[in-house]
Amino acid sequence: MTRTTSPGRIAAWAAMGAIVIVTLLPFYWILRTALSGNTALVENPSSPLPTGFTLGGFERALGMQSTEEAIAQGGAGASLDFWRYLLNSTITSTLITVCQILFSAMAAYAFARLRWRGRDTVFGLFLAGLMVPTIFTLLPNFVLIKELGLIDSLLGISLPTMFMTPFAVFFLRQFFLNLPREVEEAALLDGAGKVRIFFRVLLPMAATPVLTLSVLTYITAWNDYFWPLMVSYSDSSRVLTVALAVFRAQTPQAGTDWSGLMAATLIAALPMLVLFLVCARRIVNSIAFTGIK
Amino acid sequence: MAVAASAASSPPTRPRGDGPLAALFIAPALLGFLVFLLWPTLRGIWLSFTRFNLLTPAEPVGLDNYERMLNDPIFWESMKATVSYVVINIGVQTVAALGIAVLLQRLTRSALLRSVVLTPYLVSNVVAGIVFLWILDTQMGIGNEIVVALGVDRIPFLTDETWAIPVIALINVWRHVGYTALLLFAGLQAIPNIMYEAARVDGAGEWRMFWRVTLPLLRPVLAVVLIMTMIGSFQVFDTVAVTTMGGPANATNVLQFYIYGTAFGRFQFGYASAMSVALLVVLSAITVLQYRLTRAGHSDLG
Repeated sequence: MTRTTSPGRIAAWAAMGAIVIVTLLPFYWILRTALSGNTALVENPSSPLPTGFTLGGFERALGMQSTEEAIAQGGAGASLDFWRYLLNSTITSTLITVCQILFSAMAAYAFARLRWRGRDTVFGLFLAGLMVPTIFTLLPNFVLIKELGLIDSLLGISLPTMFMTPFAVFFLRQFFLNLPREVEEAALLDGAGKVRIFFRVLLPMAATPVLTLSVLTYITAWNDYFWPLMVSYSDSSRVLTVALAVFRAQTPQAGTDWSGLMAATLIAALPMLVLFLVCARRIVNSIAFTGIK
Repeated sequence: MAVAASAASSPPTRPRGDGPLAALFIAPALLGFLVFLLWPTLRGIWLSFTRFNLLTPAEPVGLDNYERMLNDPIFWESMKATVSYVVINIGVQTVAALGIAVLLQRLTRSALLRSVVLTPYLVSNVVAGIVFLWILDTQMGIGNEIVVALGVDRIPFLTDETWAIPVIALINVWRHVGYTALLLFAGLQAIPNIMYEAARVDGAGEWRMFWRVTLPLLRPVLAVVLIMTMIGSFQVFDTVAVTTMGGPANATNVLQFYIYGTAFGRFQFGYASAMSVALLVVLSAITVLQYRLTRAGHSDLG
């Protein structure tokens, strides 16, 4: 159809190639630095391969080195336990995703399929909630979480986004509205209750949008930094993003422990990158699918 | 159950009286909405009219916080830093995302390439910030090694007042451009192929087709994406917090970072809330203005 070797096409492919390189090179650089030794990094800053190969960076990030060992290799020697933070991130992200999607789906069902007084008013209120940027609610929510005595707890981190987001409700309601009513009516005639219909008929039919939304919610929760930074003060509730920033702030005397910091960065980024490898197609399509979030 | 029985006996197309069941289904979400969205929003506005240090009860002070804000040079510097960040971030990101989206649409429909451009979106702003802190390090960063190899002096990317804001803006372009490109790509998919075929019959090349077909038909999607990314851009915090901490000399003290410092560094929650309200007003104004200007609701596809 089109000429395949026109100068325009060659230039376009070159541009695409450049974009891919700029996109992916930083990831390689994390790996290359994480596998390098700090002393060797000073001597060979531009070596494309790991220089002075060592797993010391990972050992420091995972709290597997003694203080003396860590300081000798250019670390800060402060105790860090990325296993712990990994667990905390997993717990909060899972809690937020599972509860938020379930409760939002239930509300969406009530808005789309049940008849009750005040339905449109409440839905209008939820829609208005879309207009409030999350960031505006953070300070007052911090005050509230403090009053509830939940500062420095995983529940405190999860609570504000655990029940709903206006977007999730809006998005799922739209999906339920577009489902044909016949299936439910058949189930109703069979004598099934509406609770049963929701869990056994509608929710399974909504598997695709629910999964899509779950993956996006999980990524957002996992990558959140500002809110956990406000709420978390100690290891017991520290999530990966906050831990990484703490690691970055502990500068050893000899200068930043780049090897350890990049190892920690890799540990923090890896779970989402693996998730992406496993279901890249779903995530890529979900962006077009959910459209504007 | 009674609900099921009554629904089964009446015509099933018009079920009535779902009140108790609806209350049960809506309860968790409504609780979350009232407690963690509506109440904090109202409380945030209320706190902006008070003096509040978190330890003693909030004390109403009328418009004092707003008066202070108008006379606070750091607030205005901070506003300026935020606006320059947004202009660079959104300007570069929108053009780049449009370019990537068009390449993904017109050059190749490769699903692999779509995944590749999205990869940075999967890592947090914190990760992105720290990686570029390392790459752009003045003494040891590979970025500066390349700069030196090109025969130029080392550039203190994140420690120089003029460089810091543009560099932070570009770091965030790196993380978000793929996501924006995929949103625009979805918009491009909605343009019927016949439009391009017709343009080609008329002898139009790719360049002309971009300006005559793609851009006009993409306008509604572009407008919505622009509003959305701009609102996100104004809330920049993470990258600043891990790379420059607002420095050097307040050059990157963006609004959200200043608000955070005011609240958690100096415990002036009242003043911090007033600045939050200011940001809220700016964001709402942008939404309304941009929506009007770009006639976002209308599509030329009809």
